[in-house]
Amino acid sequence: MATAVTPLVESTALVARRGDFFRRMPPKAKIGGGILVLFVLLAIFGPVLAPYNPDDTINGSTSALAPSLHHLLGTAYGGGDVLSQLLYGLRGTVELGVITATIASILSVGIGVSAGFLGGAADEVLSLVMNVFIVLPALPLLIIVLGFLPKGSGVLPTAVVLSALGWSWGARVIRAQTLTLRGRDFIAAARETGERTWRLVAFELLPNEVSLIAANFVGTFLYAILTSVALAFIGLVTFSSWSLGLMLYWAQSEGGFSTGAWWWYVPPGLVAALLGMSLVLLNFGLDELGNPRLREATVRRKGGPDSKPSRRRRQPWRPTDPTPVERLEPSS
Amino acid sequence: MSTVSCATSESMPSAEAAQQKPVLEVRDLSVVYDGDTRAVDHVDIALAPGETLGLAGESGSGKSTLALGLCRLVRPPAVITSGSVIYRGSRVAPGGVDLLELRSRELRKLRWREISIVFQSAMNALNPVLRIRDQLGDVLDAHLHLGRKEKRDRLDTLLDLVGIPRERLRSYPHELSGGMRQRVMIAMALAVDPEVVIMDEPTTALDVVVQREILAQIVELQDRLHFAVLFITHDLSLLLEIADRIAVMYAGKVVEVGSAEQIHNRPAHPYTQGLLRSFPSVHGARRELAGIPGTPPDLRSLPPGCPFVPRCSHATDKCRDIDMRIRPVPGSDPSHLSACPFVTPEMAKANTPKVKAATSKGTT
Repeated sequence: MATAVTPLVESTALVARRGDFFRRMPPKAKIGGGILVLFVLLAIFGPVLAPYNPDDTINGSTSALAPSLHHLLGTAYGGGDVLSQLLYGLRGTVELGVITATIASILSVGIGVSAGFLGGAADEVLSLVMNVFIVLPALPLLIIVLGFLPKGSGVLPTAVVLSALGWSWGARVIRAQTLTLRGRDFIAAARETGERTWRLVAFELLPNEVSLIAANFVGTFLYAILTSVALAFIGLVTFSSWSLGLMLYWAQSEGGFSTGAWWWYVPPGLVAALLGMSLVLLNFGLDELGNPRLREATVRRKGGPDSKPSRRRRQPWRPTDPTPVERLEPSS
Repeated sequence: MSTVSCATSESMPSAEAAQQKPVLEVRDLSVVYDGDTRAVDHVDIALAPGETLGLAGESGSGKSTLALGLCRLVRPPAVITSGSVIYRGSRVAPGGVDLLELRSRELRKLRWREISIVFQSAMNALNPVLRIRDQLGDVLDAHLHLGRKEKRDRLDTLLDLVGIPRERLRSYPHELSGGMRQRVMIAMALAVDPEVVIMDEPTTALDVVVQREILAQIVELQDRLHFAVLFITHDLSLLLEIADRIAVMYAGKVVEVGSAEQIHNRPAHPYTQGLLRSFPSVHGARRELAGIPGTPPDLRSLPPGCPFVPRCSHATDKCRDIDMRIRPVPGSDPSHLSACPFVTPEMAKANTPKVKAATSKGTT
């Protein structure tokens, strides 16, 4: 029979839908991601944007100066420009967060996946290590360990200590997820095709855990930032580089709070809070992105079948509701 | 076939009964995904009391969406955009009630009590951590007010009905075989004596021997309990055996409706003709199997007019602007409807002379 066979890919509709990815992202992820990107850009380009050297002082200045055209966010005690300190401090804090989250993620993915996938004695040993790290009292230990670190040692030692104490929760979650995935048919099928273990893990298993790992990364990022700010506030901080916590420490120890110099301590506090909020929002958003069941089901209305998809309203819908009836067309 | 349709008046063919007072009548139903994918497109079908209506079609032709849509069980982004589903149950609504107008409370009362469903895969429809007794019992509790003794008796009767030993009530789903699980699903569907049972590929995952046993059981139960069945499958030959009437779906549209004999002996739509040419007849002469060339269309970008045009050997330019409404087939019984105004049953025979019109269907 000589009939026209419809081509396999008839339209670009499928391809075009890929572009909707950003539009389809949950609003939480959009807001959180937006704020985070802004802060990360500020952290990267902060030193270029900063109007002064944050360590500069003004000769003879004996008090913190209120905001003015010269110093947009005022100065700290002794004349250091708060805006410049903020930009440098943001950089230091974000840097610490990224390094800590990276180290902790590598640790938790490596140990969690190994424990879950290998099972047996390896699982027993690694699980024991995880459990020990989970029950370690983190805060007192941090205070003691950071207290011993030399004061001018930079970001890296703090990051290492924070990640050493922060990886175990993520590892447990990833181990559990690995346990549920390793028994699935597609893993057995891949094993049957003769793939090596590392390929199984890297190409069959890990892609299924990406959203979990991303959420874990963001969560550790948040933990690192909040912990480091808190520790810096009580003075357990490296004084060689600026961070948001260090700014708060100086504001407190040099009388910023008692003299009511709000321009000194409000900006770093606000930036730390916003940064934390953006990470939490991003985390919830990533969760929804990776787990469609968390998404709020909505009914997307478009105009009639012929009208353009311009007026899109969303209407909440619960799983127990009957299929909505929207009589868009005149029934014939 | 007359053994099956005993609930309709004795001598009347069930096809005519369907036109008189259907227990379930779907008019002009459309289900649309995401605003532009028309999975069910202006479908009209009717189900007579006690009748078995088969719904056939390829994967993706909208069979399941139609079945779930008429019970309002599809999830958004699917939306019903037009039509009505009139249910006329002798117990609750002899005058007829439109399921699409009901609020969720009223609809919930009607579900299962009046219209129940046997879902596609029994493995997923049963809760793995609850005993069969509890799962069947939940259905009874939800719709009937029975005492302990009555409930226990009813559970026993239900298992007897589908031919499973009573001791299995204590089992968990994983302790049953696939066929037994499917029987439990059927028992559950019949638990509160509904008037309409929708069966969405109830035997797809089973081997042919078990499949035959279960189908025989369904026919026998239908005989005793007089419920109407909407039977969905891609297996047209199966429908020819068990269904009174058959509706063939293509690309979300019903393209042909007729009694099993009409569909088998005088298929009017080119798609039905193609389907019938794609499997061998058990009783008839050996012949070349033709099949249907091409692939099912993309529902997001359907061509204007008839969606079957790219795969149809009878296609002409006129097909691109026809009305896809089903209308009586010329020269056939008025209950035989087809969406194609050009092709007649005679043309199919002229086109493939090798097909011997063998009647594999019953003795009637």
